[in-house]
Amino acid sequence: MATLQLSNITKRFGDTEVIKGIDLEVNDREFVVFVGPSGCGKSTLMRMIAGLESASEGDIVIDGQRMNDVGPADRGLAMVFQSYALYPHMTVEGNMGFSMRLAGVPKEERRAKVLEAAKILQLEPLLDRKPKALSGGQRQRVAIGRAIVRNPSIFLFDEPLSNLDAALRVQMRIELARLHEELDATMIYVTHDQIEAMTMADKIVVLHDGVVEQVGSPMALYHHPRNRFVAGFIGSPKMNFFAVEQLAVSSDGVVVRLPGGRSCTVPVDGQQLADAEELELGIRPEHLLLDENGPLSGQIKVLERLGGQTSLYVQMDELLITIMADGDVAYRVNDTVRFGFSPERAHLFDAQGIALESLTQHPLAGLTRHDNRAPGQAAVHGAVSPGEQV
Amino acid sequence: MTTQRTSSAPPAVRSLPVKQLLLTLVGWSIALIIFFPILWMVLTGFKTETAAIADPSFIFSPTLESYQAVQARSGYARFAMNSVVVAFGSTFLALLIAIPSAYAMAFLPTKRTKGTLLWMLSTKMLPPVGVLVPIYLIFRDVGLLDTRTGLIIIYTLMNLPIVVWMLYTFFKDMPKDILEAGRMDGASTFQEVFFLLLPLTLPGIASTGLLSVILSWNEAFWSLNLTSSKAAPLTAYIASFSSPEGLFWAKLSAASTMAIAPILILGWMTQKQMVRGLTFGAVK
Amino acid sequence: MNKTRASGRTVGGLRTLTLQAPAVTLLMLWMIVPLGMTIWFSFQRYNLLMPDMTGFAGLENYEYLLTDPALWSAMGTTLLLVGWVLAITVVGGTLLAVLFQQEFAGRGIARVLAISPFFVMPTVSALVWKNMMMHPSNGVLAWLAESLGLPALDWFSSLPLTSIIIIVSWQWLPFALLILLTAMQSLDEDQVEAARMDGAGPIAIFFFITLPHLKRAISVVIMIEMIFLLTIFAEIFVTTSGGPGLATTNLAYLIYIRALLDFDVGIASAGGVIAIILANIVAIFLVRMVAKNLED
Repeated sequence: MATLQLSNITKRFGDTEVIKGIDLEVNDREFVVFVGPSGCGKSTLMRMIAGLESASEGDIVIDGQRMNDVGPADRGLAMVFQSYALYPHMTVEGNMGFSMRLAGVPKEERRAKVLEAAKILQLEPLLDRKPKALSGGQRQRVAIGRAIVRNPSIFLFDEPLSNLDAALRVQMRIELARLHEELDATMIYVTHDQIEAMTMADKIVVLHDGVVEQVGSPMALYHHPRNRFVAGFIGSPKMNFFAVEQLAVSSDGVVVRLPGGRSCTVPVDGQQLADAEELELGIRPEHLLLDENGPLSGQIKVLERLGGQTSLYVQMDELLITIMADGDVAYRVNDTVRFGFSPERAHLFDAQGIALESLTQHPLAGLTRHDNRAPGQAAVHGAVSPGEQV
Repeated sequence: MTTQRTSSAPPAVRSLPVKQLLLTLVGWSIALIIFFPILWMVLTGFKTETAAIADPSFIFSPTLESYQAVQARSGYARFAMNSVVVAFGSTFLALLIAIPSAYAMAFLPTKRTKGTLLWMLSTKMLPPVGVLVPIYLIFRDVGLLDTRTGLIIIYTLMNLPIVVWMLYTFFKDMPKDILEAGRMDGASTFQEVFFLLLPLTLPGIASTGLLSVILSWNEAFWSLNLTSSKAAPLTAYIASFSSPEGLFWAKLSAASTMAIAPILILGWMTQKQMVRGLTFGAVK
Repeated sequence: MNKTRASGRTVGGLRTLTLQAPAVTLLMLWMIVPLGMTIWFSFQRYNLLMPDMTGFAGLENYEYLLTDPALWSAMGTTLLLVGWVLAITVVGGTLLAVLFQQEFAGRGIARVLAISPFFVMPTVSALVWKNMMMHPSNGVLAWLAESLGLPALDWFSSLPLTSIIIIVSWQWLPFALLILLTAMQSLDEDQVEAARMDGAGPIAIFFFITLPHLKRAISVVIMIEMIFLLTIFAEIFVTTSGGPGLATTNLAYLIYIRALLDFDVGIASAGGVIAIILANIVAIFLVRMVAKNLED
């Protein structure tokens, strides 16, 4: 049983406020990912949870106990550092057993515990090596092993995969997911990589400039971003944005005029909108469809063929629109293409960059990784129909 | 894959053998000219006094008589002992005082840390002549004139800023993560320092210590002014050869060789790290 | 108030203070007490040989010093000594650093030999030069001159200050070389190669790439040498004792004469204050530079 509550957490360095009053709830056995661009405060937030930084204001509550004044070692946490922070002068066994050595645990017991953790991580043959003699992936596993040995109620991971090469990163991602299941522990994970966030999290916390932009499941963030920042940050390649003109608001949604003149009804709640408020429409590259009768058009500037998919970068007025198309589209650079989208895939943002609420909830939005693991229970009632073309 | 590169041309910047030879010749000549006085001194130490003042020659029958005479006539060992005690004593003290301070500056910085560091540096700028008079009078009044303790105190204070600075730059280079990992593992400050910081920065601490030993060993202003016979270290002892009566070149050379040999070797060993200390980290 | 800034501990500020206290307190005492006393004495009538003569002297000591031709001669000597040694060591050090940066057989050993004089204690180097190198009849230089058919030179009586400059330069040239060589090693090879691709020859590379790269190291060398050279003492003490006349008496040596030979504490202290002011003019620049460096 391990839960974490943050309420009104604030951090100031001198006069600059880097964390601006964050409230957050982490449930038992949840895999929570803090994601955001560099400098958003995600690492600082984690370091405050760890006790390596003090909070300027607010409460950090672990398992119902206020921990602000408790030292880092006594919070029942373990942390895996970005640089791994292995003790270079100690063997793998020494590294993993250091906390117990400090706590005065007898040697035999120490060894047994280290062995147990080493087994989970397949580190047994390496126990007598020094960190210097390990590969990047092995060091990473030792760092995790050092955390496991402490038997913490919450694991903290600070960008643990950023020093690994791409292939190893995928492998470690899978290993971490497996570990989460095996250890049944609460985990908090910091990353700037939205793919890591999407693939591993039960719950993603998107941070930007020291505030929480949105908290939710990966699918909720993908399908129902709360604002323009989250919409742009989650998903790769990035969502396209362009200005549209507001024509009418009805119970079916908001009618807007697209660049090029045609109109379309986006099924979102526009009751709060002011008259003629400036709107921006967001649509993901993978939701743009090449269509000879589509409402939008532009000239292809760059064409990237990935095999299975092709990315088209299309000049539409002053904007460069990204379209993810089929692998074998026959277009070439400088061709003019027409394209469209299904309106329920589109997002509308008001003048403040806040998303207008969708009239229908995406069926996968409530899905978490737990649901992925138990196929029978997942509440997927039907695939999303492409809907009607505009 | 690069078709542009002319494939048959030899590597462009291989130096010609003639240039190599010339460089070697010039480099070694200059090095030997600079080193010559030291070399000559070492050789003279193995000559007889008559040979020492004869026309310069590399060919002579070496003798140890000057070395024996130096010890027998003036008690070289006593001065050497003073130098050892003073240099190592002051270094030990300086490290003891500087380590906690450098630790705090490197790992627990506050707004004032930078100012403190610069202020420490600025104490080094005080020319010793500027404070010679009061130090001399204080030492006279409390009976520290011509004592090892007196010199140890002066050298400790003299080297403290450099020692703090050097340790600070070495500590700064240590990844902070490792100490934080230790803290997460439950280490107290004391344990952090003893189990993690000191073992991991030992090479840096050692070279800092060596620099302090070298500086104390070679210091000549305070040793000439604050000691006379009892506590005089080697710098002061060698100065006693400056009297014009009689020529004791071979003995001077023998004594000098013994006095500089250990420091020369230490200096060779730690030249890289010394640069950092001597320039307060401005040149690495 | 520093509680929130200190990284790591909740009580960081306090902890930092305690850990630094011994070093800071000691240095504070080391600086303030003698400095205060020097300034105090400099306004007193205080001569150890004349214990009856006491009391406030006002600016008398300074007046005496400033009208004493010895002071101005000592200042001139100090400046000449510092200026020449700086010029020789910085120019020589830069050229030698370039030389010893080139690959050649046995470079490592040659480097070690060339930096060695820096580790020789000042009294030894001064005496070795005085006796074995520059002695008018038995020195190596005299012998060399004779072999070339030139008249032997009595270095310390005919060129006293030059002799001192040579000795001090010999000690500090290796220092400049050591620092500049180290700085040279951090020069990005790619930059040199890019310049070469752009058609730069060795001379152009030296002036447009190497020298700008060494700029900071050179200024550090200049400032550190200045601080030490302003108060050169032992080399003069064991060779010329400031003579002949006042030819090699620099400020440090003059203060020594007034304090420990004439026992005039008041005047010596006033001299000390002047030395401190001089050194601090240099120090301000050095501290500024190091401070800027701290920010990087």
